[in-house]
Amino acid sequence: MRIVSSTLILAGFLAASAPAWAAPGEVKVGMLTTLSGPGSSLGIDVRDAFNLAVKNLGGGLGGLKATVIEIDDQQKPDVAKDAATRLIEKEKVDFATGIIFSNLMLAVQPSFDRAQTHYISANASPSQLAGKQCTPYFFSAAYQNDNQHEAMGHYVQAKGFKNVYLMAPNYPAGKDGLNGFKRYYAGAVAGEVYTTVNQLDYAAELASLRAANPDAVYVFYPGGMGVNFVKQWEQAGLKGKIPLFGPGFTFSEDTLSAMGDAALGTLNTAQWSPDLDNPENKKFVAAFEAAYGRLPSVYASQAYDAAMLIDSAIRKVGGKLDDKAALGKALMAADFKSVRGNFKFNKNHFPIQDFFLREVIKDGKGRYLNKKIAPIFQDRGDAYVGECSM
Amino acid sequence: MIAQLFIEQGLNGLQLGVTLFLMAAGLTLVFGIMDVIHLSHGSFYMIGAYLTATLGARFDSYLLGLALAIPLVALIGMVVEWIAIRRLYERDHLDQVLATFGLIMFFNEAIGMIWGAQPIFLSPPESLAGTVELVPGLFYPQFRLAILGTGLTVAAGLGLMIRHTRLGMRLRAGASDRAMAGALGVNIDGLFTMVFGLGAGLAALAGGMAGTVLSVQVGMGESILILTFVVVVIGGIGSIKGALVGAILVGLVDTLARTMLPVALRATMAASQADSVAASLSSTSVYVLMILVLAWRPKGLYGART
Repeated sequence: MRIVSSTLILAGFLAASAPAWAAPGEVKVGMLTTLSGPGSSLGIDVRDAFNLAVKNLGGGLGGLKATVIEIDDQQKPDVAKDAATRLIEKEKVDFATGIIFSNLMLAVQPSFDRAQTHYISANASPSQLAGKQCTPYFFSAAYQNDNQHEAMGHYVQAKGFKNVYLMAPNYPAGKDGLNGFKRYYAGAVAGEVYTTVNQLDYAAELASLRAANPDAVYVFYPGGMGVNFVKQWEQAGLKGKIPLFGPGFTFSEDTLSAMGDAALGTLNTAQWSPDLDNPENKKFVAAFEAAYGRLPSVYASQAYDAAMLIDSAIRKVGGKLDDKAALGKALMAADFKSVRGNFKFNKNHFPIQDFFLREVIKDGKGRYLNKKIAPIFQDRGDAYVGECSM
Repeated sequence: MIAQLFIEQGLNGLQLGVTLFLMAAGLTLVFGIMDVIHLSHGSFYMIGAYLTATLGARFDSYLLGLALAIPLVALIGMVVEWIAIRRLYERDHLDQVLATFGLIMFFNEAIGMIWGAQPIFLSPPESLAGTVELVPGLFYPQFRLAILGTGLTVAAGLGLMIRHTRLGMRLRAGASDRAMAGALGVNIDGLFTMVFGLGAGLAALAGGMAGTVLSVQVGMGESILILTFVVVVIGGIGSIKGALVGAILVGLVDTLARTMLPVALRATMAASQADSVAASLSSTSVYVLMILVLAWRPKGLYGART
């Protein structure tokens, strides 16, 4: 009996460790994303929206049966690196996607490059990969990190604010963000504060902010950081006294219900809004809500588009996933209908798209969501494309 | 304006200090009386926060949730002592570290299974959601003042208990000489279970209150545990008074370093660089404080024994 059971265990081990090639007619996608901790609301939306797209496409991508392998990166670069290696070497994925945080993205992209595995970003899109470190194997189906911030910088500048206080987490996308804001905002900076990633108590920073007496405040805090910042902003009695602006990341449907009334009326900028008037978006928002019982966020829209992009590329190459050059060309064509309307790729594989001003509202059903107010940029690319040699 | 900023940052530091005190009070007793290095103390903080959130939502009252969570976690603490910790008294510190580290993993996984890996955002009760104008121009959230007040009240209560009750006398005796206290007829087993439950309850109070300021999530206990150990070492192992003084020192030094260092450094370098340097420097500030205190008083400020 003991021999039988140990043989079974051994067989189990061998089966588990054998490289799992995708069978012909099958496509494997690595979904490496943040599913625990304060950043998890973003990763959950990305995973759910990607799975929704696959389900809507009949359980496949580009006519091939799709397997999505899900790994939680715990928002830790070392965990993400190990997971990327596992996806490449053991699972032999054809595509990877899902990373939320840019510091993790920069840590794992070299692995995907070496393996010549196409990485389709559904969020993290750091300036490095748009410029000097651009690579044939990285496509951003989202934006370039600076973009939403640039749009808000443009708006704040146009509104005539002269002394703005800036805050962001201290990691690559935080720096990209405030640089993007300052690219279009020309007034004085009352303070520029970088807090530790996943810091959750902002009492000390809010006190310094109040003492600096700015005429507006701009904060980039995704996920749980944003929930805490906005709630503490209200608790400190600052709401209504100083105008608060942010990118769409800070005021996103994944965290708006946790912020509650504290976020109501806040203006923010993004390349997507749940009320965008195009058939793909209406279908996406309705299907997401039906499947998960909540509204999709901007992150969900990006992941949905990432799946539709992969689908279009596989169709274009007729399911031949081994011809990496042809696959790259097919991805570049971006021959799919994006939920945000206009979408095409720049030569650095980052999008050229439109950006909108949005406002946080509460609808008749008591849901907190964004409403499109006005267009800000049309056909906006990014500031780094010139440095990319592709 | 500068004076107001200083007062506000001081209050923020004190608020962190009292949270640390509630954690350190339990830990210093466990460490001092039972001579157990108890790494999973942070788990009680986490369980306290989760139970406060869940019970608070169930009964639609944050305060009731917190009031129920404290005795429940104290009970869990006593059960843990009875099942696991009791076996470690005679072992050396390495075994205790390994076993209680295992408990951390057990509790984190268990909480993840029950509540999921996503953080829960807890709101302070409506009645405490506003701000108070302490001095003209200085608005401070009521709830943070309530945390501060609760922490100080508990500190005073503990102080009275330690100094003026029979239990307190036994605790002091246990902290200064465990073997002798046992020889004189103190029921050491019962005392240990009681101390452990008391510590767990205090940690639950800290967690339930901190959950509204931070967020309730798996692993929240570990981030505060390290600082708590620093407080215990600075204050002196086994001393409640030391825990209070140490906690307030650490809270103030941490908060003031976090807010004042970037300002100072920005005079000499670019903002993002200044902030990253300040972030690393300020995270070392409490350890520098610990080194200074230990160089001056190797047993900590009020240490009964080494």
